[in-house]
Amino acid sequence: MKPYELTISQALEALETRDLSAMELTKSCLERIEQTEEAVGAFVTLDPEGAIAAAEEADRLRAQNNTVGKLCGIPLSLKDLLCTKGVKTTCGSNILADFVPPYDATVVEKIKLENGIVVGKAAMDEFAMGSTSETCATGSPRNPWNTRYIAGGSSGGSAASVAAGQVLGSLGSDTGGSIRQPASLCGIVGMKPTYGRVSRYGLVAFASSLDQIGPLTRDVRDSALLMNVISGYDVRDSTSVDTPTEDYTQNLTGDVKGLRVGVPLEYFSGGLDPEVEAVVRNSIGLLESQGAEVVEVSLPHIDYCVAAYYLIAPAEASSNLARYDGVTYGYRKEADSLLEMYRKSRSEGFGAEVKRRILIGTYALSSGYYDAYYKKASQVRTLILNDFNEAWKSCDVLVSPVTPTPAWKIGKISDDPLSMYLSDILTLSTNLAGIPGISVPGGFSGDGLPIGVQIQGPHFEEGRLLKTAFSIEQALALKPSLPLIGKEAQ
Amino acid sequence: MEFETVIGLEVHAQLKTDSKIFCGCSTEFGAPPNTHTCPVCLGLPGSLPVLNKRVVEFALKMGVATGSEINRVNQFARKNYFYPDLPKGYQTSQFDKPIIEHGSVAIDVEGEKKTIGITRMHMEEDAGKLIHDEREPLSYVDLNRTGTPLLEIVSEPDLRSPQEASAYLKKIHAILRYLDICDGNMQEGSFRCDANISLRPVGEKTLGTRTELKNMNSFRNVQAALEYEVRRQRDLLLEGEDVVQETLLWNPDTGKTESMRGKEDAHDYRYFPCPDLVPVEISDEWLEQVRAGLPELPDQRRDRFINEFGLPEYDATILTDSRELADYFEAAQVECNQPKKVSNWMMTELLRELKGGSIEECRVKPEQLGGLLAMVEGGTISGKIAKTVFETMLETGQSPELIVKEKNLLQVSDESELLEIVQSIIADNPGQAEEFKNGKTKLLGYFVGQLMQRTKGKANPKLANKLFNQELNK
Ligand SMILES: [Zn+2]
Repeated sequence: MKPYELTISQALEALETRDLSAMELTKSCLERIEQTEEAVGAFVTLDPEGAIAAAEEADRLRAQNNTVGKLCGIPLSLKDLLCTKGVKTTCGSNILADFVPPYDATVVEKIKLENGIVVGKAAMDEFAMGSTSETCATGSPRNPWNTRYIAGGSSGGSAASVAAGQVLGSLGSDTGGSIRQPASLCGIVGMKPTYGRVSRYGLVAFASSLDQIGPLTRDVRDSALLMNVISGYDVRDSTSVDTPTEDYTQNLTGDVKGLRVGVPLEYFSGGLDPEVEAVVRNSIGLLESQGAEVVEVSLPHIDYCVAAYYLIAPAEASSNLARYDGVTYGYRKEADSLLEMYRKSRSEGFGAEVKRRILIGTYALSSGYYDAYYKKASQVRTLILNDFNEAWKSCDVLVSPVTPTPAWKIGKISDDPLSMYLSDILTLSTNLAGIPGISVPGGFSGDGLPIGVQIQGPHFEEGRLLKTAFSIEQALALKPSLPLIGKEAQ
Repeated sequence: MEFETVIGLEVHAQLKTDSKIFCGCSTEFGAPPNTHTCPVCLGLPGSLPVLNKRVVEFALKMGVATGSEINRVNQFARKNYFYPDLPKGYQTSQFDKPIIEHGSVAIDVEGEKKTIGITRMHMEEDAGKLIHDEREPLSYVDLNRTGTPLLEIVSEPDLRSPQEASAYLKKIHAILRYLDICDGNMQEGSFRCDANISLRPVGEKTLGTRTELKNMNSFRNVQAALEYEVRRQRDLLLEGEDVVQETLLWNPDTGKTESMRGKEDAHDYRYFPCPDLVPVEISDEWLEQVRAGLPELPDQRRDRFINEFGLPEYDATILTDSRELADYFEAAQVECNQPKKVSNWMMTELLRELKGGSIEECRVKPEQLGGLLAMVEGGTISGKIAKTVFETMLETGQSPELIVKEKNLLQVSDESELLEIVQSIIADNPGQAEEFKNGKTKLLGYFVGQLMQRTKGKANPKLANKLFNQELNK
């Protein structure tokens, strides 16, 4: 087994017993990147020098027998919308192509504090707006299981880098499914924590009331390990919640006896791919066979999710992205007048999907339309939260598909925004309600493409999600094996 | 036709917290450009605002001081528009849930008292500043001011004349200064005022078309601009023309209001609740704490000056207009215990010398003025000499004691010393002495004048009168 194939927990053990050095592990990952990156395209920016220096430091710390951080020597990638001091943070956009933040996001600080190694910045849909990562200005990442297929989005680079064995884990962000969906399509674990569980300070905002940072890992234990590092209240983020965090690994018992598993009817209707349904039903069956109790529940307002989401998210985005005006930083096109400079800088700096959403959002907030659109959508949000609260009366978690289909071919719907928006239907409600959700691998399609299973729970019940996901993982015993990529595959 | 003027004022008061409203940067004025900045106030990607609790506390003080309703749950909203001094592309302000609503202040215009309603007050962040290059078509952006906390205070359209507007503005200014939450400097822009003004025929209920006046950076300018605008609108209406609803800039050089045309599009600010800030909740304890810590306010102080010092209402009103003036009065009065004299001196000599400047810049400290008056009262110097001493005090900032000593201005109250001079004056003016004896007593003034000349005004006037009467009637 090569070092890059290890999970984080396996690697930490090997590092602790000195069977492996951080330098060996990091170099192994860098080599893997060299071999696979052309085919996968997971990264916007690579920082091999920084990674080597951090590995040296990690080994030095271990050698000195100092108390080392929880991620000491673990190579990770970061979605390219998490600010990294001194390292370009582009958000997959031309408008920030040369932007170098003067500060680290809170989660990046935490990773560094725990001696984690940041190998590079992962590709993503421009400003996280997309479900395929095809709107990334520097080129889209591809699915490591079949590089003609999308890796999903918007955290596509994060998911692809982890699934391809380029890094052991990654941090992404999830506004409407952007962690869970690519995790599902790439066959890894992706957790979207409760809104407020993880600080958003330094996360370049798409839709502030929906955005949440979370881990993408090869197994459930690693997800818990990363959650232990990134969770917690942050004075710099007023929306982060001041509730105690826990050691999430303590939930990994495999014991789901008496757990009430809700199966939301609405998630299994419509255009659900039969292979996807079969995989999810299989996982539900596994939980039941381990003593969980399965109940059918209904979330009647789920149909309005797409409409509400595609008003709220673009509305907030239209305001959040106003700062990219060419004045203080970012792309500027010189012009004869201020207005012309704004117009040209923004027209040339933003891609089509971003501009589309800015237009929708600007419209939704306009006076005369605000009540009919933004305000109404906010009310729908309350109804959706009520649906979930009603569901928690009869179940502890909800188990459902993540996406209606497995990954699709690159280019298939990128020019059809509406069908792309509809593909998010199963993940949006989690963000609208602010609850946590996780995607855990459930199996493969006939074409060999991964299919994930989504578990959602009440606010701040990440532990319960990890417990359920771990149980499915154990029962399935799909060993986290890496796909063959590029030349390997031929 | 008779017209009624309707004015509403919007005040932007910079709150003098040490740090900005949403970050830890200093609010100090006059630092080199862009040195008081950080990722938050620069609007860098990923940065988030954290509300400075002091700003809320200051707003609460103003709310309580004006008897307003405090919205116990209030919320920040984003006001979206593009301008280079606004790095986020929106101003974080408050919209449909402001912190304060429905207050009022009392004003007094030439003895007539009136209550002016306050519609609302809300917290918001200030924008930066643009510095335009005079030689090149180039502008520089200074973001030091970005994020300085502002309290916007919106009045009801209750003001019926420029004088009332001016009185209201001064009262708001005074309250802010008494609360010590705004330094009130109009030139530096820490206290700014815009006005909405319209005219309607007397008796008419519906409001006329209004104009908005900007760029009035002194109390005098506010009144002058409003007076000009009243005349302009009246002339238009009398000629049967329409007032155009627009924003006008006051030009203090020409004394006219000028149209801001071209800059003023109909803005749609697309307000929505700021998702980065949770609603502001004000607990009972917090509000009670603010209420308990409230200092004496201008109206209360005026009443105390009347009751405690026996000052006429006119004096008390002027002296309590500004906190500095009132503080000055009390500090001077405690030295000499002659409130009315202190008031007279302040309202004549002192205010004349200040020529509208701040009393804090005055070289004569209140203790010194009090000391001077105590010397007059004690007979150390004459009232006349006191005026000369005061002039020197204004020039040099020296204490009255020192000046009197150095210039040898002590009043001569030594009877034998004065008697000698009195006798020699009578001897030098035998004719006038004779006339006096024959009943032309008015000549006493002449003799005293001679004495004052010879003693350079230092002779004790009471004693001088007594001695001349005594010697001339011998
Ligand atoms: Zn700052």
